Amino acid sequence: MKHKKAKKYGMVIDLDKCTGCGSCMVACMAENNVPFRKDESNKLLSITWMRVYKLTNGKPFPNTDICYLPRPCMHCEGQHEGHSPCVTVCPAIATDYNIETGIVSQIYTRCFGCRYCMASCPYHARYFNWWDPVWPDGMEKYLSPNVSPRMRGVVEKCSFCFHKYQLAKEKAFMKGRRELKEDEYQTACTQACPADAITFGDLNNPNHAVYRMAKPDPKHHGRPTNPHAFRLLERLGTNPKVYYLSSREWVRRAGDNYLENESIAKKPAHHE
Amino acid sequence: MDSALIPRGVKRCPFPQFILFVAIVGAVLLWGVYAMLLCWFKGLNQTNMNDAYGFALWIWADLAVIAVGGGAFFTGLLRYIFGKDDLKNIINYAVLIGFICYSSALLILAIDIGQPLRGWFIFWHANVHSMLTEVAFCLSCYFGVLTIEYIPLILENRQIDRVPFFHHLGHNMHETMAVFAATGAFLSFFHQGSLGGVAGVLFGRPFAFREGILIWPWTFFLFTWSAAACGPCFTILITKITETVTRKKLVKDSAIELLAKISGWMLLTYSIAKTADTWYWATVTAPSMGQTLMDFYSNNPLYGIWILILEIAICGFVPAFILITKKGRKNSLALWIAITLATIGVCINRWVMVLQVMAVPVLTFESWFMYFPSWQEIATTILPVAYGVILIAISYRYLPVFPNEPELNPMETLPAQETEKEEAVEPSVDLEQELKPAEA
Repeated sequence: MKHKKAKKYGMVIDLDKCTGCGSCMVACMAENNVPFRKDESNKLLSITWMRVYKLTNGKPFPNTDICYLPRPCMHCEGQHEGHSPCVTVCPAIATDYNIETGIVSQIYTRCFGCRYCMASCPYHARYFNWWDPVWPDGMEKYLSPNVSPRMRGVVEKCSFCFHKYQLAKEKAFMKGRRELKEDEYQTACTQACPADAITFGDLNNPNHAVYRMAKPDPKHHGRPTNPHAFRLLERLGTNPKVYYLSSREWVRRAGDNYLENESIAKKPAHHE
Repeated sequence: MDSALIPRGVKRCPFPQFILFVAIVGAVLLWGVYAMLLCWFKGLNQTNMNDAYGFALWIWADLAVIAVGGGAFFTGLLRYIFGKDDLKNIINYAVLIGFICYSSALLILAIDIGQPLRGWFIFWHANVHSMLTEVAFCLSCYFGVLTIEYIPLILENRQIDRVPFFHHLGHNMHETMAVFAATGAFLSFFHQGSLGGVAGVLFGRPFAFREGILIWPWTFFLFTWSAAACGPCFTILITKITETVTRKKLVKDSAIELLAKISGWMLLTYSIAKTADTWYWATVTAPSMGQTLMDFYSNNPLYGIWILILEIAICGFVPAFILITKKGRKNSLALWIAITLATIGVCINRWVMVLQVMAVPVLTFESWFMYFPSWQEIATTILPVAYGVILIAISYRYLPVFPNEPELNPMETLPAQETEKEEAVEPSVDLEQELKPAEA
């Protein structure tokens, strides 16, 4: 039997297209039963699996430029498969790296809330449930039956809508297929984006749009070879699966830390 | 009232005064217990932690008490393995302080986790790659060792010692204490180290990340080293505070000076190693991630370069130079300053490796995250301090914690009435097995 290459699901977000409308955030919250409170003004206590940041080039009018940057979990692979910053530190294996899909999972019933994973994540993609979820009257009927709500005291994060992957696999299996077509598994944020800024697919599959857009270099841990593509904090060696595209250099430069007068030319990860 | 429980040959304050002291500290303890219950029943929303500050005051307190509690393992190592006999005069107290520190650490951890009832998952579903797993295992095991080391002291209470079984048990435990001291030193090396590793392995956080040997970042070794250097300083500090409060000389100068001298050399070598580590991190590690030293110490209201200078120079080299000189050790004021600075220094180091790690922005479009703990966090952090004070007060009153105390503070005459009463209830215990000053 021919050995099938493992999937590496990832995302490419075109920042030139993103309007910052927040549809991805709303779709994500609805799809994944993300809890919310009456007062969400303190963003350090809000749970936003997908969060849209507003970046600015810091220049005065008329040279001011802004960019909206949606940030899901990066599903980092690390310098070798599964060596994500968060997966390695979790003391109870409550977060796991799926080698079949490359997706970093969170097992809510295993997590005991030590928050070491949150400390390890440089993207602030992990959120703690400081309260038990309370849904407005009647809203519990609108919750997705495919995603378990989380209890107080555990960490949660973007799962690349893993339940949608499972449903797609089941459907494909019923049709006698083992492999998924590109459009059969798409995350909620991808589907909700009105500007078509988010593309999702298998980074290991040259036929998938994400592969063609990011052009990942397997010899350098998937570093993009598309000159307009970049990953957040590439130099840390987290090896994220979320790529960003931008034609603007200041945006690409904002994706990582550089020393003064240092060029943006592809720098190796610090322990590469 | 409780004179039958007080060790022979020593004088203690009147019982009502003792109860009043315990009651005042007990009120503080109850305040902490109330805050603890709030956290357990209402959840961690009682704190000022947030998604940027997943680790905050409690983790610092945890790391700090373990660091200063390092005096127990290092003094035990020197006393039992390296045969520094003079330290027998302070080893009991070192063990007691260590016991308080480690039990406090476990209590803080139990409050700190979001799902306390699942705390056992760390053992049951252990991830062997996680530094926190190593911390949990070694910490729990070492707490067991400290309990074993503390039990013989409890058994030396005058009334307990009268029971032949407990008398012999205590005696036999003393005999085997070297084994436990060695085990404790082994376990401490790994849990002190793995606590350093907790920060050092965070390769997503340039402020914390350090290179190292194999799987161990440099912080692994630096944490063990600093605990061995500053733990004994804290033991001396608490001893000095106890002497001040009780207005008695409790430990011979020779023991204090020996421990201070060893601590001084440990602190000096640690400070050199820490300087080298900081230098390499600032000039090689951080720049490879696109950051400069001053990125970590500017553009925020608290963390300036002063904290680095305070930690390494003022609380590292200064006390080290005081402690390695005979003149410094013998000068009471200089000794006080040195041991206080060393204790503050190790606490600053733990603060920096927990809270500053969380504060420093990594994404270029984020800014510094600042945090101030809620009263519940402060109360639960003071709780172990109150518990420690009470346990020290009880142990000091009823157990022969300081074997030199009767010799250093001879009593003029024993109250005749008390002696007579004691003789009346004295069971037939072999005179040779009578209570001796504790040696461990």
